[in-house]
Amino acid sequence: MTGTAGVVQTSGNGEQAAASVWDIEAIGVWKTFGSTEALRGVNLQVSPGERLAIIGPNGSGKSTLLKVLATLLRPSAGTARLAGLDVQSQAFEVRRLVGVVCHQSFLYSDLTTLENLEFYGRMYRMPDPSERARQQLRLVGLEAHADVLGRDLSRGMQQRLALARALIQEPPVLLLDEPDTGLDQRWAAFLVDLLAEAAGQGRTVLVITHNLERSLDLADRVAVLNNGKITFTAKRDELDVASLKEAYLHHTGAVG
Amino acid sequence: MWQALRKPTFIIPALSAESGIAAFLTQALAIAAKDVRSEIRSREAVSGSLVFALLVMIIFNFAFDLEGEMAEVAGPGVLWVAIALAGMMGLGHVFAKEREQGGLQGLLLTPIDRGAIFLGKMTGALLLTLALEAFLLPLFALFSNVSILSPGLMVVVLMGTLGFVTVGTLFSAMAVTSRSRELMLPLLLLPVATPVLLAAVEGTRFALQGEPWSELVPPLTMLAAFDVVFLGLCPFLFEYVMEEMGA
Amino acid sequence: MIAFELPAVTPARAKTGLAILALTLLLAALVAAFVVAPTEREMGDVQRIFYFHVASAWTAFLAFFVVFLASIAYLRTKTPRWDIVAASAAEIGIVFTTLTLISGSVWARSAWGTWWTWEPRLTTTLMLWLIYVSYLILREMVEEPDRRAAFAAVFGIIGFVDVPIVFMSIRWWRTLHPQVVGSEGFDMEATMLPALFLSVIAFTVVFLHILILRAGLERSRHEMMELRRRARWIQEGGG
Repeated sequence: MTGTAGVVQTSGNGEQAAASVWDIEAIGVWKTFGSTEALRGVNLQVSPGERLAIIGPNGSGKSTLLKVLATLLRPSAGTARLAGLDVQSQAFEVRRLVGVVCHQSFLYSDLTTLENLEFYGRMYRMPDPSERARQQLRLVGLEAHADVLGRDLSRGMQQRLALARALIQEPPVLLLDEPDTGLDQRWAAFLVDLLAEAAGQGRTVLVITHNLERSLDLADRVAVLNNGKITFTAKRDELDVASLKEAYLHHTGAVG
Repeated sequence: MWQALRKPTFIIPALSAESGIAAFLTQALAIAAKDVRSEIRSREAVSGSLVFALLVMIIFNFAFDLEGEMAEVAGPGVLWVAIALAGMMGLGHVFAKEREQGGLQGLLLTPIDRGAIFLGKMTGALLLTLALEAFLLPLFALFSNVSILSPGLMVVVLMGTLGFVTVGTLFSAMAVTSRSRELMLPLLLLPVATPVLLAAVEGTRFALQGEPWSELVPPLTMLAAFDVVFLGLCPFLFEYVMEEMGA
Repeated sequence: MIAFELPAVTPARAKTGLAILALTLLLAALVAAFVVAPTEREMGDVQRIFYFHVASAWTAFLAFFVVFLASIAYLRTKTPRWDIVAASAAEIGIVFTTLTLISGSVWARSAWGTWWTWEPRLTTTLMLWLIYVSYLILREMVEEPDRRAAFAAVFGIIGFVDVPIVFMSIRWWRTLHPQVVGSEGFDMEATMLPALFLSVIAFTVVFLHILILRAGLERSRHEMMELRRRARWIQEGGG
């Protein structure tokens, strides 16, 4: 079983190129909350059009890493870049370029699915929010439920709506935190196809999942995050489910 | 199905023609509209605060026997205590809804100026509080047998509510992160909003007594000073509060 | 490793020097107030509390000005040092505000016959007290340190900006609802000035001294937490 343990090469000398070699980039990212260290020097690079899956035990900092990349949190130390733009100093521009799916659905329970999408369409300054909203509903197969209130949606439907929302501004970069929870087989397969299609169109995808088997379907490369650091990364071609499980157990063992 | 997922451009995705201020206002308006629509459908905030305000006024009525002379002396104070307490209930809801499904994080992820979020939220809260007052004032007129048909009164109420809601929106954002949200908001808001309540009560008293506009100038000036200072300061400070809401 | 900025350590000698200065000035002020200053005609010896009342009022406002500046500094730099300064100054400010209220109440009793009056300055001091008590309670209620510091800074700025507005509104309100009490109640004489002057300076130095001590205490606590964290990190094989 091959794979690189530890850290990948760091990129350049920190200058901000308009078009970076990497589409998602984290260099020595630390995040502390008081005395809790969620991230301890994460180094990560994802090429344009690549799909990276991050797996790791609970509390390893996966969601925190995603939030830092999504500009929701500021790193306590280190730099992070999306499409060559710094997440701290150019946060506004970064937000236009990234679509995010999180544990929370970001949906308003008193608005219909259509109204929810229209609202986000407006927030992303889409030229024709209503039309765009309908398109997105069609994309995830919810057009029949356009007038259903957010609170009446099943978990699976919420996830699909969240995906529709994440893609509403056609972002080049996608960050997804366990998008497969709550999806039945059919829609989980749809998700895999969606991400494959997205990557095929040149979008860069970073997806967090705790389903080891699915990570190999969802991504081109897999990385293990443990205790706030990336401890292992390997290409999908180099792995099968068994060897991945072995590597995972090895790198998330007793000592981080 | 895949046609909807078009090939992305690595330049900034096509935006609507509006830019700058127009976009800012459109987004703020969209947020306010969403809040009002959400409130109309759920009726959580308004009905609760309305009933509460009513109860406050009734209890004060028993405590002070607000007829005749007492109405003039204590009436305006009772009115504004009811507005303040009920208003704070409503303000508590401003960000509570966003907490439910992480709506606030969803908003923070979009390319929206944080000031636009503040403006939108504040406008929504202002409209809902004014709606509350639209019910409350006639009831007050009924209880204390005074006429509320005074333009001076309308101006006082408007400016007082504006000041109260401005600072209230900022503090509501801070309070919503705490488990004791209902405690933190009054704790922060009431001491700071004292000048508003003070000037509003006196302005209301003058207006109800039928004083000319010249008499109303001092309290209105006070309210204007408060409104201007905090309308300028709060959106700016709001950005710092929003930075802490990512988690 | 995360850089961790703290207030610079004040050398021990400077601290001792400041303590001695504070003590000396306080003694001088006491002497000036009780011996040098004349006994007031109408009020008698009770009037002497005036010197300390003014001094503590001044110091209270100074403390909250420090909170204001430190809050702005924190929001701009996000370094813990300014949060420590703000929190310490607020704590001490509340103490001096309480002293102002108590001495003011004693004054009111002897000058106007009532323990409390809604006189503009006294009322504003009460509101100031409430605002900064709320500040401290806010700090207690927010657990996450970065969030606590940012929220406290926001409230510290608003509180300070609000106080002049509160004062103006109460003063105006007083013209509408005049109370029995009138002016100061006594005439200031030139011979009273040294006592007043010394009291104000003494209290200011005392404030600075306690501020440095308090901030230093907080700094030590932060240092200890940082050391603990590093020890844990090393223990877990980090690096």
